[in-house]
Amino acid sequence: MTSLLWLQAAGCGGCTMSLLCAEDPGVLELLEDAGIRVLWHPALSVETGTEARAILDDVAQGRVELDILCVEGAVARGPAGTGRFQMLSGTGESLMHWVERIAARARHVVAVGSCAAYGGVTAAGGNPSDAVGLQYDGAHAGGLFARGWRSRSGLPVVNIAGCPTHPGWVAETLVLLASGEFPALDGYGRPRFYADHLVHHGCPRNEFYEYKASARELSEIGCMMENLGCIGTQAVGDCNIRPWNGVGSCTRGGYPCINCTAPCFEDPAHAFVETPKIAGFPVGLPTDMPKAWFMALASLSKAATPDRIGRNARADRIVVPPTLRQPK
Amino acid sequence: MSEPQAARLVLGPFNRVEGDLEVALDIRDGHVARAEVSSPLYRGFERMLEGRDPRDALVITPRVCGICSISQSAAAAAALGDAMGLKPTRQGAAMTALIHAAENAADHLAHFHLFFMPDFARPDYARKSWHARTVERFTALEGSAQRSAVEARTKLLHVMGLLAGKWPHTLAIQPGGVTRAPGLSEKARLQATLRSFRRYLEGVLFGGKLEDFAAIASIEGLMRWTSGDAGLFLEIAQDLGLHSLGRGAGRYLSYGAYKLENGPVFAAGVWEGRWKPLDTRAIVEDLTHAWMRGGAAHPWDGATEPDEAMGAPAYSWCKAPRLDGRTFEVGALARQVVDGHPLAVALAGGGVLARVAGRLLELARTQIVMERLAAEIEPGAPYMARGELPHAGRGAGLVEAARGALGHWLRIERGRIAGYQIIAPTTWNFSPRDGSGMPGPLEAALEGIAVDGPGALAVQHVVRSFDPCMVCTVH
Repeated sequence: MTSLLWLQAAGCGGCTMSLLCAEDPGVLELLEDAGIRVLWHPALSVETGTEARAILDDVAQGRVELDILCVEGAVARGPAGTGRFQMLSGTGESLMHWVERIAARARHVVAVGSCAAYGGVTAAGGNPSDAVGLQYDGAHAGGLFARGWRSRSGLPVVNIAGCPTHPGWVAETLVLLASGEFPALDGYGRPRFYADHLVHHGCPRNEFYEYKASARELSEIGCMMENLGCIGTQAVGDCNIRPWNGVGSCTRGGYPCINCTAPCFEDPAHAFVETPKIAGFPVGLPTDMPKAWFMALASLSKAATPDRIGRNARADRIVVPPTLRQPK
Repeated sequence: MSEPQAARLVLGPFNRVEGDLEVALDIRDGHVARAEVSSPLYRGFERMLEGRDPRDALVITPRVCGICSISQSAAAAAALGDAMGLKPTRQGAAMTALIHAAENAADHLAHFHLFFMPDFARPDYARKSWHARTVERFTALEGSAQRSAVEARTKLLHVMGLLAGKWPHTLAIQPGGVTRAPGLSEKARLQATLRSFRRYLEGVLFGGKLEDFAAIASIEGLMRWTSGDAGLFLEIAQDLGLHSLGRGAGRYLSYGAYKLENGPVFAAGVWEGRWKPLDTRAIVEDLTHAWMRGGAAHPWDGATEPDEAMGAPAYSWCKAPRLDGRTFEVGALARQVVDGHPLAVALAGGGVLARVAGRLLELARTQIVMERLAAEIEPGAPYMARGELPHAGRGAGLVEAARGALGHWLRIERGRIAGYQIIAPTTWNFSPRDGSGMPGPLEAALEGIAVDGPGALAVQHVVRSFDPCMVCTVH
């Protein structure tokens, strides 16, 4: 059996809500089948008050072995480094303190969501609660724990970044860890099995992207990179390869990718739904694309845009169907 | 005669609520003499928004809460729309309502199965005739009803995949409507998803026709409903006397849910023995028992200045909203009472049974509303209206989250957010005392309850009957 403890730090609880949307199998069956025993989860376990405190004490004092600690939400360090912006109720101690104590006992530590990984939205706009991620402060290595910190397994914090996280990312990470297999991590500590993809991969607007046939307003079905702030060509995630909630993704829902798997996505220095430009070209270019080539190809492909694609890009549905081809 | 025994009992971590909650009870002679409800997490969302492009509220505010995310989206979109003088298109409003209703239905289901019912499977009730069935159905993480509810909820949330991209945290809801115009395929798929959810509700949760449950008009009629997991709950409620446990003051408030072209699906107003119109100008947030600096103010004039010293007499980060100086209970029961549903009106002023039955009633009615909205989808209609943000102005967005009335008050100056105040449902229900010493609705509901052991099981039922969302409460 693999033991798992889940703590909710300063966040919205949305990563737990998202995890409950896991499919085939559902999350409760998935954990059971993987031999994962939930010692305590704040939203799901029956134990409350003194019963819950006893579980946390047992783990913190090493009386009960902990294999996986999942932390959801950023760690609020304020005010003045006390952590008192989030007291773990009934214990008289800050959640920051509890995370420090319990992480020291855990074989693996998993940051579930961009808040726990990097600070995320909890650290937005001046960071009122002085929140950080477990092992990152935004894009800087070193958060609540130092850059070189390692859990008992020798691994750094596993950052399942995303706002929220896809239930599949969490499910697969937990199943792998429970079976003794460690997911390879990228430069920001994210499992590469989803972070080696770009949100652009599989985006249904790809034909519009090819011609830079752009939507100018939300609800138009053209590419949202040029005008509407979409950074799916730079954001990591397999969001358009594995669907969300059955068939969805942000771009499928008609709104831009805001790069929620990345550190500091919460403060982009421009409106989320607006693309910053210099001389008419987006400031952020597709990952690994040389600027001169991008500009040349974009100009060329824009000039070559077929009428069908140009008109559809500005509509809220397909108004011009593809030309039918006669078999030869 | 022995001296009255006085003691203080602090309940926490109080789990199976969304977010962080601490309840401190002064116990005298085995009963709650005074309750203090504390929200121990401050993140400062209202402060994060200051100085930003107003449209950023649609990204930031849903992330106040991962369980009421759509409600926060809808409130932010309504506040922006109010400031812009823009209304969504007819079908845009209908799709916003459908997305929002799906979240509320999913939340009601999660509350009943995951948060509320597991307490009745505790060994404390081992002698009860209903205990074995409850253990089988509702044991935390394992119960068969829990598992089928999680599955049904997951499939219902395919509505989000089809219309809103993902859940939680969508950008699909905008001041002018929705970003995705559904076509015929989505219409067919949505209807199939909703039929499947109805099959679950009728086959498992209610064990009967939704229309029959929604037609119940009296408490006697309600208690005669014996089928499904709803029937099991009603059997427990009858046995444990849950109607009189944790009674409310009988004052309810609703902003009106799912605002369509011709008004809200569930009416707006307040209830104090009878329906009255709601005047939101009479809302004031009192700060005397919150760790906040400043004076009592209407949210247009309100500020969020945390008192980092966390000084007495305050005991919570939660402000204390009052309407005309009085507390009001919000939530599904409030909505259904204000809407004038006869069963809800009969339950008004009740306790645990009233709140939970109000939620079940609303779940049945909401399914019928969702089916109608899906059936009336018009592929080809406009789903988004366009407008311009003002350089200066203000707007209020008032919606109904699963847990009750949610308000956003936005001020724009020089094209940026100058002020943003949020009053969430649980801010009303779990407010601390105000300047006059008047306790919040939960604090009042807990007074007088018998505390039988360190777990204070009756207190657990009452607290969870409100379905608190603590991450929304302080934000």
